[in-house]
Amino acid sequence: MSAPVDVLTGFARALRAAGVAADRTRLTTSVAALARVDPRDRDQVYWATRLTLCSEPDDLPKFDALFDAWFGLHRPPLPVPSMDRPLPQVAAVRTLAADVSGEPDDTDEDLLCTAAADTELLRTHDIAALSAEERAEVHRMIALLAPRVGTRRTLRLTRGGRKRLDVPRTVRQMLRDGGEPGALRYQRRRDRPRRLVLLLDVSGSMAPYADVLLRFAHAAVRVAPASTEAFTVGTRLTRVTRQLRLRDPELALRAAGAAVPDWSGGTRLGEALRAFLDRWGQRGTARGAVVVIASDGWERGDAALLGEQMARLARLAHTVVWVNPHKGKSGFAPLTAGMMAALPHLDDLVSGHSFDALRNVAEVIAHA
Amino acid sequence: MQPRTFTGPSDVADALDAAGYLPDTGVATAAYLAIAMGRPLFLEGDPGVGKTALAQALAEITDARLVRLQCYEGIDASQALYDWDFPRQILHLRAVEAANTSDLEASLYQRRFLIARPILQALEHSPSVLLIDEIDRADDEFEAFLLEVLAENAVSIPELGTIRAETPPLVVLTSNRTREVHDALKRRCLYHWVDHPDFAREVEIVQRHVPDAADKLTRDVAAVVGRLREADLLKPPGIAESIDWTRALHVLGARALTRDIAAASLGAAIKYREDQVRVERDLLPDLLERLG
Repeated sequence: MSAPVDVLTGFARALRAAGVAADRTRLTTSVAALARVDPRDRDQVYWATRLTLCSEPDDLPKFDALFDAWFGLHRPPLPVPSMDRPLPQVAAVRTLAADVSGEPDDTDEDLLCTAAADTELLRTHDIAALSAEERAEVHRMIALLAPRVGTRRTLRLTRGGRKRLDVPRTVRQMLRDGGEPGALRYQRRRDRPRRLVLLLDVSGSMAPYADVLLRFAHAAVRVAPASTEAFTVGTRLTRVTRQLRLRDPELALRAAGAAVPDWSGGTRLGEALRAFLDRWGQRGTARGAVVVIASDGWERGDAALLGEQMARLARLAHTVVWVNPHKGKSGFAPLTAGMMAALPHLDDLVSGHSFDALRNVAEVIAHA
Repeated sequence: MQPRTFTGPSDVADALDAAGYLPDTGVATAAYLAIAMGRPLFLEGDPGVGKTALAQALAEITDARLVRLQCYEGIDASQALYDWDFPRQILHLRAVEAANTSDLEASLYQRRFLIARPILQALEHSPSVLLIDEIDRADDEFEAFLLEVLAENAVSIPELGTIRAETPPLVVLTSNRTREVHDALKRRCLYHWVDHPDFAREVEIVQRHVPDAADKLTRDVAAVVGRLREADLLKPPGIAESIDWTRALHVLGARALTRDIAAASLGAAIKYREDQVRVERDLLPDLLERLG
């Protein structure tokens, strides 16, 4: 028999491998909590560890499954899963450092001209049609995009303005001057960035664009980490904000790829949207936010449901923008069932097939 | 006064039960560990599952005073901690000037000019239970500020000195998950996800609150509400709604749930128009049939 601390340490490691934030502080608390309950009572051990090691509802099923495996009756503990399991590849991952730092050692003017022309092409070309090198270049340009949302007024006050008197500061000044009335101080409402919510379709039909859109989301999360939320939708809803907060785009994308279970699957946009609104949106994430949905609208589920959920979203959000990669192509008409259902509830429908189109998306949300 | 000590989760469960809050093992263990380890308790769960009620019951069983801090966007330290009563200070200043007393400065910053906001109240009146409601509504700067106060269990006021709690308050934080609360705050807390109760517990809880209601009525409501929670509504009814609905039905003179009276009083349980239409038209007839 190993000591309880060892068992618990192994258990915490297994939880971490499963994606639960059971860090060392929590482990220490857990040991302390376990000392205060009856260790022979399975229920009490369960609660003492669950209360200390978990920190969100998503943790609970993982915890339950592992708890059974570790503390289940007559079953030996599972071996600790390796911490450095390989992450699934999102797309061809290329290091861009060489491109950024490598100055052209050949100063031939012709060569520079071609390079400039290439950039021009890169900006307007459909991302799906680019080669691996060109893609890498576009990725670099996207990383430099800083998609920012406008501001909104808050309750919180700051110095300035000329309407609202700042009594505390005025009085403090008066007290300092021994009670002599002095200049009046004022305060005004502060501006804060509006929340930005990105819902990215990662189903099969969106596969050529999913990678680039995720990079766009990464750039948005990087520029305003506290007020940006990113989710992927396909057959289910996955929150990828935390993964996208990683500084390095490649690492962030790999982490997001590992978190999303339904890459290139089907599309059940209506259901995923309902899951988003039930779990996040209605409770406040979408309230007053700028919501960007990136999808081609190839809905395999019920289009009527999608329409209903879009109406709900439109009532909650400040602005709803739909990015459809096919919009930039000639002969596009919003005729897919999903698109038709969503159309009445949109503030804007924009294309997202090229770098220029994405830059346009950034501008649309900045002025939303 | 000597704070009450508990020997284990079941002891806490009995005390909560006596105080009118019926806990399951999870809630009882969470409450026991929060008291025994002096850790803040972080409660999450659907609206109406009894998060606030738990804080009230905890205050009752520990003979402590309940101090509630409702969070909102833009809340800051002067609304949570303390503020100076400036109008009174100025009045005092004028009075002192007229009387020509010396040591003006010191007389201005006395305790009587301090307005204690919830956190300072909780620290000054120990033992206390400090309920920080809907922390997810406040900004992240406010979370960082809370973290500091919770770590120190003391507030330092530059003009007065440090005010420290004799016994640290028992802190209960609730969140509705509108925003991810920072991990640094969660790490300090015991985390409990409060679930809807099962049928038997719900019947018992409702009976506690509406003791005069007919037995059959209470059971009918608990059964229907339990099914409605699985029906994928915009806002599933919580325990608070079961209690309200039973009370409404009882006031209307019902002894069992029938279609007409259920439809007439549905607003007590279902709070969205879309949900009401769905429940009344599609779900209710079927559910009532199954009640027998």
